[in-house]
Amino acid sequence: MSSFARFIRLVVGACALLLLIMALPVPANAQQINPTASSVTERQLLQEMDRIQGRVSIPDQRSSVLMQPAGREWREFRNVALRWIGGVAILGMLAVLVIFYLMRGMVRLESGRSGRTIVRFNMFERFVHWMTASCFIILAISGLNITFGRPLLLPLIGFETFSEWSQWAKYAHNYLSFPFTIGVVLIFLMWIGGNIPNKVDVEWIKRGGGLIGHDHPPARRFNAGQKGIYWIVVIGGGLVAASGYVLMFPFYATGIEGMQMAQVVHAIVGVLFIAAMLAHIYIGTIGMEGAFEAMGSGEVDVNWAREHHSLWADEELARTGPNGSQRQPRHAATAAE
Amino acid sequence: MARMKFLCDADRCIECNACVTACKNEHEVPWGINRRRVVTINDGKPGERSVSMACMHCTDAPCAAVCPVNCFYTTADGVVLHSKDLCIGCGYCFYACPFGAPQYPKIGNFGSRGKMDKCTYCAGGPEADGSKEEYEKYGANRLAEGKLPLCAEMCSTKSLLAGDGEIIAQIYKERVMKRGYGSGAWGWKTAYRETIES
Repeated sequence: MSSFARFIRLVVGACALLLLIMALPVPANAQQINPTASSVTERQLLQEMDRIQGRVSIPDQRSSVLMQPAGREWREFRNVALRWIGGVAILGMLAVLVIFYLMRGMVRLESGRSGRTIVRFNMFERFVHWMTASCFIILAISGLNITFGRPLLLPLIGFETFSEWSQWAKYAHNYLSFPFTIGVVLIFLMWIGGNIPNKVDVEWIKRGGGLIGHDHPPARRFNAGQKGIYWIVVIGGGLVAASGYVLMFPFYATGIEGMQMAQVVHAIVGVLFIAAMLAHIYIGTIGMEGAFEAMGSGEVDVNWAREHHSLWADEELARTGPNGSQRQPRHAATAAE
Repeated sequence: MARMKFLCDADRCIECNACVTACKNEHEVPWGINRRRVVTINDGKPGERSVSMACMHCTDAPCAAVCPVNCFYTTADGVVLHSKDLCIGCGYCFYACPFGAPQYPKIGNFGSRGKMDKCTYCAGGPEADGSKEEYEKYGANRLAEGKLPLCAEMCSTKSLLAGDGEIIAQIYKERVMKRGYGSGAWGWKTAYRETIES
């Protein structure tokens, strides 16, 4: 039956072709007007621009874009390039840190603890730091989940659980972006004074920041490394925030191409940001003795300040004298030893 | 098994929007969402063409490839469907889709997206065929009843064709042969990596 139908179709097709060929030498007869002669064609439109747009009569004017194959390049970026960039940046940084720790170990306080402290970060500074930091950690995990969750986590926990978790992660990612952005703005404003690069930084960088060997190049309140972290947070944070809001408020700022671009910026800056923050977390915890206290209690040992921020320590000690006034009794006790 | 495709013969489309209306009505698609739309290119100028467009149910679908929670699946008929239970409304399929098919109900604050909605080729979703839950989430499942998508079924000029790719391509080829012209199968190159020679 179907082969018969196919035969009929073939005959019809052949006849049509025959008619067409016969019609060709006598264009004056039938079909003298080809309505498609001036009509738009897909190929030509796609060659002119990377998308085809027209007019729609439904209220949603954004649906007037008929086709835009640019999504293919974006897909390639998301599924291949980004996983490589992210994987290399984050695992590479972890590897570097592990190797560095094994070789160098914790940077010790060379002159030991003096038992006297000076205030390094006040309550407000620490609050801003930890607000931004806690948001960042959740944003980082929920962000990595979007890129790496499907190949790594989904096979382990199954579709339903993974979807549920990703849904909450998405909400967290969207909502925590606000306190994070506020944190980045406050960090920018409150520490800009100490983070303008100057001559001291050149010397600091030349001497490798004392990371290798037991050198202690002079530094003011923030050394060149910390200034680097500051600008990574300010610029990187600004970029992820801006590109993130473009994605969060679809079509407010740009169309689809803009959102694809925003996602590319958001993702690349995001993974590099995470890699940089791993180094920051390392040096602030197990990487250096006495460093965590700066953001923990807000007070650092005077010897720590002298070793790592000599110029700042001198200034600060000249101004306020060693050790915050509330630590007086303990200071007396240690001095008596 | 058939490989279901859509084909819009732009030389026949008169931009009546019946396909759009039929789709909205059949599936009770929420306000603000259009699974299908008619785009007119070069409106009012010589060579104007209208194309009815929805999800093309691509081969190696980009939406499915970029979905962070892997909520898409392809049926034995080559129809690309998704699970609204798994969808987290991230918007990634929308960035990847060449046809602007995925739609999101606006729920909650900011630009927050709800579960994605798109053309199902009148084939419902992962729920039991014809069930109430399936209808509420995805609309009618005509394919399970042996019927083709309503948009194409009720197209007044039979511009929009739905069915097995080989058959509708054949129909289109015959038309082109008969009338002597055709502006091509819009979107086929992008969706199926093939065109219909005309």
